[in-house]
Amino acid sequence: MTVAAIDTVPTGVPTELARGRGGGGPASTRTVVAYGFWIFLLSDFVLFSGLFAAYAVLADQTAGGPTGAELFNLRNVFIETMCLLFSSYTCGLGALSAERRQLGRFLIFAALSFVLGAAFLLIESTEFARMVAEGAGPSRSAFLSGFFTLVGTHGVHVTGGLLWLIYMVAQVVAKGLRPHVLRRLLCWSLFWHALDIVWVGVFTLVYLMGAR
Amino acid sequence: MLGRLSWAAIPLDQPLPLYAMGAVGIVILVVLGIVTVKGWWPYLWREWITSVDHKRIGVMYVILGLVMLLRGYSDAIMMRTQQAIAVGDAQGYLPPDHYDQIFSAHGTIMIFFVAMPLVIGLMNFAVPLQLGVRDVAFPTLNSVSFWLTATGALLVNVSLVIGSFSRASWWGYPPLSELAFSPDEGVDYYLWPLQISGIGTLLTGVNFVTTILKLRAPGMLYFRMPVFCWTALAANMLIVAAFPVLTATFAMLLLDRYLGMHFFTNEAGGNQMMYANLFWAWGHPEVYILVLPAFGVFSEVAATFSGKGLFSYRSMVLATLGICILSFMVWLHHFFTMGAGADVNSVFGIMSSIIAVPTGAKVFNWLFTLFRGRIVFTTPILFLIGFMITFVLGGLTGVLLAVPPVDFVLHNSAFLVAHFHHVIIGGVVFGALAGINYWFPKAFGFTLDERWGKASFWCWLIGFYLAFMPLYVLGLMGMTRRLQHIADPSWQPLLLVAEAGAIVIFLGILCQIAQLYVSVRTRDVRRDLTGDPWNGRTLEWSTSSPPPAYNFAVLPRVETIDAFWEMKRKGLTAGEPAYETIEMPRNSPIGFIIAFFAAFTGFALIWHIWWIVILGLLAAAVTVLVFGWSENRQHEISANEMARIEQARLGLGRPA
Repeated sequence: MTVAAIDTVPTGVPTELARGRGGGGPASTRTVVAYGFWIFLLSDFVLFSGLFAAYAVLADQTAGGPTGAELFNLRNVFIETMCLLFSSYTCGLGALSAERRQLGRFLIFAALSFVLGAAFLLIESTEFARMVAEGAGPSRSAFLSGFFTLVGTHGVHVTGGLLWLIYMVAQVVAKGLRPHVLRRLLCWSLFWHALDIVWVGVFTLVYLMGAR
Repeated sequence: MLGRLSWAAIPLDQPLPLYAMGAVGIVILVVLGIVTVKGWWPYLWREWITSVDHKRIGVMYVILGLVMLLRGYSDAIMMRTQQAIAVGDAQGYLPPDHYDQIFSAHGTIMIFFVAMPLVIGLMNFAVPLQLGVRDVAFPTLNSVSFWLTATGALLVNVSLVIGSFSRASWWGYPPLSELAFSPDEGVDYYLWPLQISGIGTLLTGVNFVTTILKLRAPGMLYFRMPVFCWTALAANMLIVAAFPVLTATFAMLLLDRYLGMHFFTNEAGGNQMMYANLFWAWGHPEVYILVLPAFGVFSEVAATFSGKGLFSYRSMVLATLGICILSFMVWLHHFFTMGAGADVNSVFGIMSSIIAVPTGAKVFNWLFTLFRGRIVFTTPILFLIGFMITFVLGGLTGVLLAVPPVDFVLHNSAFLVAHFHHVIIGGVVFGALAGINYWFPKAFGFTLDERWGKASFWCWLIGFYLAFMPLYVLGLMGMTRRLQHIADPSWQPLLLVAEAGAIVIFLGILCQIAQLYVSVRTRDVRRDLTGDPWNGRTLEWSTSSPPPAYNFAVLPRVETIDAFWEMKRKGLTAGEPAYETIEMPRNSPIGFIIAFFAAFTGFALIWHIWWIVILGLLAAAVTVLVFGWSENRQHEISANEMARIEQARLGLGRPA
């Protein structure tokens, strides 16, 4: 029984009688895992919303220190944004190859996603290091506390995502593209795309609006 | 090597904590000794500690909640006694520093480690049974959640012995909770345990939302779910939407304290009121996370013991979801005095009054359920009636406080203390106690003693009124909360009444212990052989008491609300059930192992012992990686095996 077959609603059956929608009994493992992971991602968005709110409140509290306009290098930020967005694109292609059981293609796309994600992190950490060296570290002002915490939390998520990707590639290589590995891969790619969504918020609220 | 930890952290100069610590230490040693001598460790490890069975985890949550209730209660009686005697020239027996720790610990423990475990425990036990399924969506994660919660409780209690607890109250407002004003480990003993148990709670939320939305017996459409499942769904959606805010807020305060950031500090642009806003953006939904499941318990109790269906099921569901949404729109009423201005205060005042409307609708639903029912006056129904009267009164004082000008007068007074104890004891605690009495026979296979149960109800009810009605009056007389010393002698008589009330509540707790003891001793005559001791209506009563690990050999088919009632009405189909091969999750020590490392990590973070922090985090990460690699997390029970197990189980006539 393939994974896809489990989730397909048989034609002619009312939607409410499908599995997981009440009528048909418990949903398949794949649905339950992906759904649960979605709920977890929503909670992660709520966490970020708290950090976004704090940043928005504190953005003008520079305490005589440097402002966003003085600190942000939009050219670098644009490059790192492109790295992350393309990493999401290659991640999507990787997920498609995995679904089609094309191991070689999957590994290539996973490697690309990793390299792009790592490039993002490299640029971000270089920027952070430059700011700290200039005396604009997180304890300089409330604005910078909010900045480093919001952007840094996203960076920590990206780091976690990269480590998770290495771990998933190891599982794929060791066990092959079996259903339970595919389920975990699905969760990883959901996570990776979610980080993109958060970054779009960071890019807009922190960098575009802050660099003015 | 040991960070800030030194021998000075153990309060050898203060007799009181030492006695408490000695007593607790002896109790723990005696319990561990008995377990070791009797050779119960293998059994405990196999059947409880590593269990991923939602029923076992539920029971462990409830036990955690009840044990911590004793700790929280001892804090309460110490404060009541101090206020009753430290009047005028008398200074009482608690120095201010110790008193401040006690009220901080009391609130923290009662909310996070009593009310939450009790409510989550009942949801764990009952929700999958009511939905007619075999477990929650992620059974191993469920075990992780429980053990992380237990770790938090453990760390808070460690502060009794090593170091001191926060003096910044249960909400830890800055700037008092900042490094400048609370330089020692107290606030860290508050923040880290709550971060650790908060992760556990969040995972519970994810788990239960998924369970209720994706795992239900065939035919269990949304509008056929028992109301307790609806309230559990609402509560867990609130957990998913609110707890991350608390995690983020505490993380910011921790960054202030550990890395010198300026989120909430006085200098460099920090904003203290942002903490209050963020904290209560979690804190008010939290109130409903606690009380909605209690409403669910009362709905089940009302229908079952009236022998008729719940009045206006749909309005009950709508009211639950309405409260779920409204609960996010009232947080500012916790600090009207912030000075946000008349417009903002009016909006939140009106919203706070509006949230009483769906709650009021629920009260009418329970009343009409009882109306013309054949009411059986068991302990749970007494708690229901006590709850309705108490909660309506407590809700009314809440509506009073929702009026901003009134709040400006009563803010931070004993009146407020009386109000929230009124709704939390009258709502959450009564609900949890009703739920324990209601589901106990399902969990253990025998009923609880009714006489002791009723005695405990009356003690709790009378004790509550004696303890908290005086506080309303004292608040109106001008008494502020958290006083270590009472300057006005005219307040003393009422404080003595409150002290008496606290003692009557203790009698209620003693009655509960007696109830448990008597029931266990006489369990052979109070066995529940049918699985349906109350003539119940929902699916948990359709399986045996206690249920087998897999709950239902064959998943029930649901055709209406009150599915089991309907089955009984139509006559249960006897016949040979068609067994199928099923998969059940294997036991897993991962929850316990992760919590073990989390405990060390948390302790080391509190005391700045960085090498243990790194080792602990690495060990926890390796544990997760090892588990993440595994695949055979389930074992199969074949149809033949199932038939054999069921015959053996039911053939005996008496479930073990």
